[in-house]
Amino acid sequence: MNAALMLAAICLPLAGAGALVLLRRWPNLREAATLLAGLALAALVLSLWPHVESRPRLELWTWMPGLSFALEMEPLGLLFASVAGCLWPVTSLYAIGYMRAAGEGHQTRFYFCFAIAIAAAMLIAFAGNGLTLFVGYEVLTLATWPLVAHKGTPEARRGARLYLIILLTTSIGLLLPALVWTYALSGTLEFRDGGILAGQASPQVLGILYALFLFGIGKAALMPFHRWLPAAMVAPTPVSALLHAVAVVKAGVFTVMKITIYFFGMDAMRLSEVGQPMAWVAAFTIVAAAAIAARQDNLKARLAYSTVSQLSYIVLGAALASQDALIEGALHIVTHAAGKITLFFCAGAIYVAAHKTKVSELDGLGPQMPFTFAAFTLAGMSIIGLPPLAGSWDKLLLMEGAVEAGTPVMMGVLLVSSLLGIAYLMPIPVRAFFLPQRGAPAAVDDPSGESRTSRRRSIHEAPWACVLPLCLTALACFFLFFFEDRLVAPLAERLGHGWDNE
Amino acid sequence: MIDHLPALQVVVPLLAAPLCVVLRRPRAAWAVYAAAATATLVIAALLVAQTADGTVLRYALGGWPAPFGIEYVVDAANALPLLLVGLLAFAVAIYAPQVVAAETEAPRIYLYYTCLCLYLAGLLGIGITGDAFNVFVFLEISSLSAYALIAMGRRRRALLAAFRYLVMGTAGGTFVLIGIGLLYALTGTLNMADLAERVPALYGNRALTAALGFIGVGLAIKAAVFPLHAWQPDAYAEASSAASLLLAGAGAKIAIYAFLRYAFGIFGSGFVNGALPLSELLLLLGVIGMLIGSAVACFQQDFKRLLAWSSIGQVGYIVAGIGLADARGLSAAYLHLFNHGLIKGGLFAVAGIVLLRAGGTHLDDFAGLARRMPVTFAVLLIGGLGLIGMPLTAGFVGKWALAQALIGGGQWGVLAAMLFSSLLAVVYVGRVIEIAWFRDPPPGAVAAAAPGMYVAAALLVLLSLWVALDSRALGDYAATAARALLGASP
Repeated sequence: MNAALMLAAICLPLAGAGALVLLRRWPNLREAATLLAGLALAALVLSLWPHVESRPRLELWTWMPGLSFALEMEPLGLLFASVAGCLWPVTSLYAIGYMRAAGEGHQTRFYFCFAIAIAAAMLIAFAGNGLTLFVGYEVLTLATWPLVAHKGTPEARRGARLYLIILLTTSIGLLLPALVWTYALSGTLEFRDGGILAGQASPQVLGILYALFLFGIGKAALMPFHRWLPAAMVAPTPVSALLHAVAVVKAGVFTVMKITIYFFGMDAMRLSEVGQPMAWVAAFTIVAAAAIAARQDNLKARLAYSTVSQLSYIVLGAALASQDALIEGALHIVTHAAGKITLFFCAGAIYVAAHKTKVSELDGLGPQMPFTFAAFTLAGMSIIGLPPLAGSWDKLLLMEGAVEAGTPVMMGVLLVSSLLGIAYLMPIPVRAFFLPQRGAPAAVDDPSGESRTSRRRSIHEAPWACVLPLCLTALACFFLFFFEDRLVAPLAERLGHGWDNE
Repeated sequence: MIDHLPALQVVVPLLAAPLCVVLRRPRAAWAVYAAAATATLVIAALLVAQTADGTVLRYALGGWPAPFGIEYVVDAANALPLLLVGLLAFAVAIYAPQVVAAETEAPRIYLYYTCLCLYLAGLLGIGITGDAFNVFVFLEISSLSAYALIAMGRRRRALLAAFRYLVMGTAGGTFVLIGIGLLYALTGTLNMADLAERVPALYGNRALTAALGFIGVGLAIKAAVFPLHAWQPDAYAEASSAASLLLAGAGAKIAIYAFLRYAFGIFGSGFVNGALPLSELLLLLGVIGMLIGSAVACFQQDFKRLLAWSSIGQVGYIVAGIGLADARGLSAAYLHLFNHGLIKGGLFAVAGIVLLRAGGTHLDDFAGLARRMPVTFAVLLIGGLGLIGMPLTAGFVGKWALAQALIGGGQWGVLAAMLFSSLLAVVYVGRVIEIAWFRDPPPGAVAAAAPGMYVAAALLVLLSLWVALDSRALGDYAATAARALLGASP
């Protein structure tokens, strides 16, 4: 019964996709279908938590000899499913406000592909073996491609082409051979505690295999395979918000964690130091991407590079393979999702309300869009890792994990990255709240302030359907700070597996 | 009746051909072809069912026992190619009525169906016969009818394409004949089973090596294996829509099967790998074929030509699988042979629909069509993903099996080439999809196409999807086929 609920979680967005295509002639009903499917999915996914301990499993059918199509529920997957599932209705609400205010075309295709992408994310979350996961991974790439190309302009098509080429190059060129090789070595692609590859090959081979996996999971945006993420920013902002800050990229790092824990095995990873080279790649990505982010003037591009940097926190956590580091990775999936989706919502709200896309154009907008920029400030602080916001815990845990794994130098990397985070995120609210509006006459020339107030009137907050979701997610950044021990509890038990033996 | 199935497999389409000529009326000719194709499919399906457990059916034509008469043999190794031909022939039967009427002048329509029947008989004959010389006879029947089918294309360039194929194909046929002649001179028999018994005694004989070389080159021309592919893009692109389904889907595949039968069934894998560096050669040709075929496909401006070059690339996978010369490699080759035949047939069916509705298959003609023809382009999308080898499509099953076999054989370079070729497939399929979905359509309406055409295209592609979603049966069958071929070698 519980096992069938996983299937329901995958079918629900698909049913929503079908319904909204049928209702395409009535936009209000169509959007209602999306929202309804989203709310139902969120409720369904959250209701699965009590069953996660029994680890229900559903064998659907045997696909190829020795390889089946299977679903399995485990805490990490359910965590990812919960994040994607709960943020989908929020984003849908936001998308309704955004797409209508921005006057985008082909909205049925947009919502349809969106729902398919969510279904693919659910499939990844509940995948019972590596091959099933790979199927969801590829479906997710293909389903999000039309969303990136949505505007149909030459620029959007170019961005979408880059997006597709990098993601498919890495997945077909590196991830697929890694899976085939794993199957050849161990004879299975099941997710097993302790790792199916542990002891199956020499550390050198495992090191190559691990690099193949980590670079092959292009959705984790490890440098040098990160360019697709900035390229995807040509998509409408709801896509950037849910997919390119949450579902797609988190699917990538989630896959990295799954493979680390269930293919390679934490103990084997630690003892053979297979992950060390990749930990350095991740550390480099953290710092380099943050430095690039600080130089971006386009707001969405800056957020995209920030995502690249933040994703590598999780990859670093996985590669270090210590318990704290892995728990950090799982937590970071949640907290970064809440923070980054808020930032993107804000970027979209600014675009809809003021048609501004560059950081340098935001001067003085704060007082006109107070909710938006307040939310931006909260979420930005959470991403940087300042207490009392959600992001602070995982940074702490990752530092502990780095020490636990015997690489305290990583703490330095994290410190540098936090400083860079302040440098690229905080100027935005500071400019908005404290600098005078650009182009406005100085106070000396205009003592009455008449022209400034008249200009101020021209820009208001975005539609409520945009502002409400971003306030909700910003509040989530705050409240998650207090509830993180609850999130950790089921994970710690699972991830602690095998540690008593050491 | 059941006992005579192997004979009927060939005799039904062979008799249908003169019947078409006698009846002459376009509709009647179509009805005869459709009946023959349906019968072909049913018979092939029955044969597959009978041989699934490894049974070998032997049928002595005319009651003459084997060394004197011609023997038809059906085992796991050839039942699958026969089924592929049957499926494609059936799809053509559904597909043909409107498109043939639109592309061929009315007085010639009955000749068109006659050629289709003959082509079918030729392909099935190559597939089913257990006699080495009989292969040559059917090879010529299928080639001659194929020249005619290509020459009946809608443009005058079709004549040139047919002529090029004629020159190459005749050379190929002659090579096969020389090879068979050498075999006969050496062993004094033409029956494949007898040959397989007598050949091992001759290992080391240079004439035997030459025989394998001649037969291999001749069949490689027919299968358009790189570097003997020059005739193929023109022929596929210029052939009329209905014929291109069968040409592209089954023609090359049957030649590959024939090569497998000669190389492993008669000469034996020990000889193939020992006397000649055939294994290395095939792997090399496979690699070059998959890289060059896919790369050239990326630069094509015409959809049918793009598909043709893609076929050269996909045949490269099959050739590489054969080059491994072990059970897993051959089984992967079989899987891909069958799956790719279905996918490519479906995609050529889509090309025909577009040709009829938009007036051309140049990629510019595809602009924005996906919005007007969503079902057709859904079929194209699934087929295209199959060419790339996306999971859940038929292409993935074959590639997964081949990748396993390549890793098992330690051929890392070939594996890398295969993956790179898949990425090139992303480029050429992606181009078509991007133009069809994201470019604005030109003004003006598109013509209508008959429902049968959609049914045929969807049938082939959905069938490929179905065998991919549960490839256990097909995988087992391919493994049995590979064992049958390898087991036959001493």
